[in-house]
Amino acid sequence: MQAPELKAPAFVRSGRSRTQVERWSWIFMRASGVILIVLIFTHLFINLLTGDGVNQIDFAFVAGKWASPLWKVWDLTMLVLAMIHGGNGMRLLINDYARTTWLRKTLKVALATSVTLIIVLGSLVIFTFDPCPEGTDPALLNIELCEDLGRL
Amino acid sequence: MQSAPTLYRGREGMWMWVVHRATGVAIFFFLVVHVIDTALVRVSPEAYNEVIASYKTPIFGLVEAGLVAAIILHAFNGLRIIAIDTWPWALKHQRALVWVVWGIMIVLMAGFLPRHLSHVFGGA
Repeated sequence: MQAPELKAPAFVRSGRSRTQVERWSWIFMRASGVILIVLIFTHLFINLLTGDGVNQIDFAFVAGKWASPLWKVWDLTMLVLAMIHGGNGMRLLINDYARTTWLRKTLKVALATSVTLIIVLGSLVIFTFDPCPEGTDPALLNIELCEDLGRL
Repeated sequence: MQSAPTLYRGREGMWMWVVHRATGVAIFFFLVVHVIDTALVRVSPEAYNEVIASYKTPIFGLVEAGLVAAIILHAFNGLRIIAIDTWPWALKHQRALVWVVWGIMIVLMAGFLPRHLSHVFGGA
């Protein structure tokens, strides 16, 4: 099968700001990608390979991790970088596959809204997390942590 | 035949471009779901534990394995893209590097799968 030959573009975008945006997008995808490899591979290793793997994950496990500021910052960085990296990737796919201006606009508004909502939701969860909520069955809590905090 | 510049160069590079897009989309949607399920820690410990328990079932266990494989492919193909943008050597050998990416995926999955599947199916 022969692919069509490339033709010279009918016009070249002259908008300088547009090319600057794409340049930053290009740089961001590579920089965030490299950082995300470190963040996500560590996240997967700790959560899925140490201890009882996926079976260890419950409320008490999350409470134990987020008792340390390191993991809070780790998860927050992962959240923000991954959502922007993924959202920007989805933007490129919308540019490639959505055929009409209306559809591109609609999808991009939906995408930007979802990405913003998820980043806000995730950040709020990390910052307002309560490891020892009142009236919870102690069996579900990280007992050691809650005793240290004087909450149990 | 005289080779004219075309959009599609085919073979490994083009298929890896497809794999990169497909894995990227899958990881993006998983991430959205994953942030929402984690947000349940703010609803109640009971709600979080109940939903996260579904991640420990055999079907989800297999989906997680697929997700980890997708992340490995996307990650190392991303490094391959950076390499071929940066070094002429890598550009010249970009096709071989596709197989390096798949090789790394197989090696890492060989390390990950036995342990993960024994957690999922062995209950240990």
